Amino acid sequence: MELAAVTFAQSLAQQVVSGIASGAVYASLALALVLIYRAMDVANFAQGEMAMFATFVAYTLITQFHLSFYAAFALTVVIAFAGGFAVERVMIRPFEGSSVLTLVIVTLGLFSIINGLAGLIWGYVFKTFAGPFSTNSIQFGGVYLGIQDLGVIAVTLVVLSLVFALFRFTKLGLAMRAAALYPESSRLLGVRTSRMLALGWGLSASVGAVSGMMIAPIVYLDPNMMQSVLLFAFAAAVLGGIESPLGAVVGGVLVGVLLALVGTYIPGGQNLRTPFALLVIVAVLLFRPAGLFGRIEAKRV
Amino acid sequence: MALLELRDVEASYGPIKALHGVSAYVDEGSIVALLGANGAGKTTTLRAISGAVKTAGRITFDGRDITNNRPEEVTRLGIGHVPEGRGTLAQLTVSENLRMGAYIRSDRNGVKQDLDRVMGYFPWIKDRRNQVAALLSGGEQQMLAIARALMLRPKLLLLDEPSLGLAPIVVREIFRIVEAINQEQNLTVFIVEQNASLALQVAQRAYVMEVGRIVLEGPSEQLARDESVRKSYLGY
Repeated sequence: MELAAVTFAQSLAQQVVSGIASGAVYASLALALVLIYRAMDVANFAQGEMAMFATFVAYTLITQFHLSFYAAFALTVVIAFAGGFAVERVMIRPFEGSSVLTLVIVTLGLFSIINGLAGLIWGYVFKTFAGPFSTNSIQFGGVYLGIQDLGVIAVTLVVLSLVFALFRFTKLGLAMRAAALYPESSRLLGVRTSRMLALGWGLSASVGAVSGMMIAPIVYLDPNMMQSVLLFAFAAAVLGGIESPLGAVVGGVLVGVLLALVGTYIPGGQNLRTPFALLVIVAVLLFRPAGLFGRIEAKRV
Repeated sequence: MALLELRDVEASYGPIKALHGVSAYVDEGSIVALLGANGAGKTTTLRAISGAVKTAGRITFDGRDITNNRPEEVTRLGIGHVPEGRGTLAQLTVSENLRMGAYIRSDRNGVKQDLDRVMGYFPWIKDRRNQVAALLSGGEQQMLAIARALMLRPKLLLLDEPSLGLAPIVVREIFRIVEAINQEQNLTVFIVEQNASLALQVAQRAYVMEVGRIVLEGPSEQLARDESVRKSYLGY
């Protein structure tokens, strides 16, 4: 009896840690979604594909240019930033001021373009993407923890802290927040809001790229690899409050842990993960539309 | 030469014309008031200056043609605009609001000096720096909006109806501070108001607008004595 109980506790702890690790990936992509949503009230459906494309860039840097993982990682973050910036300038800017529906359709178009482009360049054969972390486990108080899981959590923590520090402590971050929340007032203060939007796209592309490079060693690399991740990230963002960066992170971790538990403890649960994520979205929208950290703002009409 | 000059300025929102050829000027160091009822085009006039509405005619500031410049570029030339509704960055703290006021400046020491100066005019700010601006009262938000515009160290301050929705005692306090800033910092102020009696007390010159046109202009004392102004805007 006692043995069984301990085993259950250990398995639970292991599942929670690995859930937090996948949750960290969802959190990054959810944060990327939230950054753009706050700036333009549009969910960027191409966010996952942008992350996938960036991960392929990292793959090429590693396999063709023989960079180390970390060098490729850093370079990819920079390239993703430039890519996100350019995408905003070329694809979004012409539609500045258009209706939300128009912009949603533009991001859906972007989704197909990037997905097709990746297929054209790298093909649809699954590739292994070697991560920097060992796939072994370490034992900690009778619990086996995957080194890869811990590494993913650590890298994500560092990246998210940097993003939050940017927003909290720098003038640029402050201006980006102001421009996203109060574009008209910000322009009267001299903020070039259009440029801030492009920087926001760059930043969110970088954050998304991190999620791609963290998940790729776990799921294999292919042009469709981010699609379920994007769904989970949407669940995370909605759960946390689609306008709250902190909510995106907390939501990501919660969704990650929930899905890990569903996948482990419900018979046939592996196949229930996607419906479960949708259930989370629907339940939150029904019962708490602003999410955990969002607030419903009264609008004057 | 006038610091700000509008010549035959027209502006429209879509098919609806809001300004039908407005001409006005503001001399350096003066306070000029723009009076008129709701919907007369006062706010639109300020928005035309800041480039927030599409404009025909000619607007010059400090000798430069700024007609249809973008708002962010107009601000960078030294025009601080306190917009209708105060433009409070409500989710940001009071101190972040002030930092955003100085966003375009890179002279750290000058910004620091101006922060002290602004807190001299609005001493309550010091204790509430870390509060979220949404928690301020209407009067405090109006003062914060003015303080934020001052952080730009502007050459010209555009004030859009600072009295709106505020208690008379708060309004008088705000006007007293605006007058003090004008005298002590030699800051030029172009103020839009429905509260004509107060505006005429602080302004040297004033304009009266009706449906998109200037219908009266002159020194404040003269307008205050004008019978039509008294009847329509002063209420006696």
